[in-house]
Amino acid sequence: MSITLAAQINSILAALILLTAFGLLVQRRIYGLLHLFAWQGLFLSISTGIVGYVAGVNHLYISSVLTLGLKVIVLPYILHILIIRMQIRKEVDTVVNIPTTMLIGIALVIFSYHLTAPIIELSTLVTKSTLAVALATVMLGLLMMITRRNAVTQIIGFLSMENGLFFAATSATYGMPLVVELGVALDILIAAFIFGIFFFQIRTTFDSLDVNSMAKLKEEE
Amino acid sequence: MMILILLAVSFVAAIILAFVGDRRFAHEINIIGSAVTFFAGLGLAVQVNMQGPMLAGGKFFFVDYFNVYLAVLTSLVSFTTAIFSRRYMRREREHGRVGHWGMRFYHAMFQLFIFAMLLALLTNNVGVLWIAMELATLSTVLLVSLYRTPTAIEAAWKYFILCGVGIALALFGTVLLYFAAERVLGEGGEALLWTNLNQVSGQLEPTVLRLAFVFLLVGYGTKVGLVPLHNWLPDAHSEGPTPISAVLSGLLLNIALYALVRFKVLVDGATGTHQAGYMMMGFGLLSILVASFSLLRQKDIKRIFAYSSIEHMGIATFAFGLGGPIATFGALMHMLVHSLTKSSIFFTVGHASQIHGTQEMDKIRGLIKGNPLVGWGLILGVMAIVGMPPFGVFVSEFLILTATIKDAPIFTPFLLIGLGVAFAGILRRAQQMVSGSVPPSHKSLKAANIPVILHMVLVLILGIYMPDFLNQWFHKAVELLK
Repeated sequence: MSITLAAQINSILAALILLTAFGLLVQRRIYGLLHLFAWQGLFLSISTGIVGYVAGVNHLYISSVLTLGLKVIVLPYILHILIIRMQIRKEVDTVVNIPTTMLIGIALVIFSYHLTAPIIELSTLVTKSTLAVALATVMLGLLMMITRRNAVTQIIGFLSMENGLFFAATSATYGMPLVVELGVALDILIAAFIFGIFFFQIRTTFDSLDVNSMAKLKEEE
Repeated sequence: MMILILLAVSFVAAIILAFVGDRRFAHEINIIGSAVTFFAGLGLAVQVNMQGPMLAGGKFFFVDYFNVYLAVLTSLVSFTTAIFSRRYMRREREHGRVGHWGMRFYHAMFQLFIFAMLLALLTNNVGVLWIAMELATLSTVLLVSLYRTPTAIEAAWKYFILCGVGIALALFGTVLLYFAAERVLGEGGEALLWTNLNQVSGQLEPTVLRLAFVFLLVGYGTKVGLVPLHNWLPDAHSEGPTPISAVLSGLLLNIALYALVRFKVLVDGATGTHQAGYMMMGFGLLSILVASFSLLRQKDIKRIFAYSSIEHMGIATFAFGLGGPIATFGALMHMLVHSLTKSSIFFTVGHASQIHGTQEMDKIRGLIKGNPLVGWGLILGVMAIVGMPPFGVFVSEFLILTATIKDAPIFTPFLLIGLGVAFAGILRRAQQMVSGSVPPSHKSLKAANIPVILHMVLVLILGIYMPDFLNQWFHKAVELLK
């Protein structure tokens, strides 16, 4: 595979990752969110694998497999089980209406391009142009966490942020050192168990996963 | 070798306590584990004092004068907190607030938390620092919701989400830092080592580091509790069990600030300017002002001291940002005395709320008559924390104030307003709580006296006399942070 072809494929994958990030912003159904999140993980995993192949960086394969296992299989599976167990069927409410969210999202993408422009100039890697997309994915995940008021969607937003971070590491530096990537993956796995426990605690205490019901602690108290 | 013992003990203790944490002797195992950790920390300090800074474990760990005193402090406070938690948690269990699984979980996570903090301090790798910080967050999240009350779960969720987002942004900052470092130091783990980074800080790309620092400041700043990223802190402190409030406030905030200061030195070294310092000064000052005015409105005894922690972290952040030998010395000392004083206050606060069965300050009365140790411990601790002489906090705040008047006189009034408001706000409340007659709802209890007395004596000694070795460590740390 030639370098330019790989760079092009990588750009397409970056576009797809960004697309899924926007998809997460507009999707109202909880299963739809879960599928989109799994797709995002898959694109990330393929992209990491291709970059590893082209750049000849072996530990990126491990990172790619980790992403595949964790973000495409394990985490969506855990969330799926949780959703079934808790019988969440209700559509997800948003704080800001969806067209406005989209516009804010577009502004964030432009902002990301602006912010990373000086860094992209410095880079010599084939993947450099995707750094802006990675930052945009992080920002969109953050936006999703702010605009959604359901515990499960907030978690999906959080995990989508993590996807953006992994993508940033691959596109800016061909991946962080292996010990760091493994540690980060371990932390995410622990976090997954913790939010699983949390869902049950929230559910049994508040009878719903709507975080608006948790508003007792105020500054004035 | 010492480092390995230091880290291994708390990790092994965590595993053991995960299985036997609900037995009667679990409290003692917890104390013994923390004690061994503390003595290993002392051993490490002696070693550093004699041999100077060192690398260990194939460059994976490093100890210098900045992190060694924090490591000893961390192990000391976790040791005394373990002693305190023996009587405190026993009583909580008798009252049915925690069950079997809760106790197991509590003990295991307490030790894991200590392990994560020590790892964050001693690691030489910026990436591992991040992982350890995240681990420290995750291990305490479910401790905050230990009592399963609606407010506790809300506080824990807030803590989880806000710190999760913060720490994710810090990871982006770390990626950018690695990007800059890799161009100078080459690919692989070497490029993320503090010791290597500090050597080449002048060659790192300033534009990248400037951007990286913004992300790192927001990320680790969330954990320090800097305003406006502080929302999780009062909730997590007030809803969790009191031993956890003590270690969160006394230790975790310090560790996050430690990370921030290291990054600041690196970034200012690379850009050749004082930009990172200015940013820290801004956030620090804002924290002091917002926190001191917020604590006036608090009704909950633990919340008021949580805001006081934000204020003190603001003071230390401001002083590190200001830089210069006097301010940095003051900030290093401030981290030490704040940690000792605040954890001691939380010990007495924990007992006070057990005695009266409430955390509402209006209902707590007559502590000195009811339980002299708790009453006097609280009022002396409060006098220390608001910066009255002869306690250590007075000395560190005085140093910081002097440096501010000399180097950045414009900020002096703001600093003084913050300190003054906090002084009045906390002292007024504390006086009401310790004086007066004992209300009928009073329940007597055996307080854990050793931790409170030990901490207050140490703070008093540091206010009057600075031991020679500590003085030298601080001076050498100031050199490192220049």
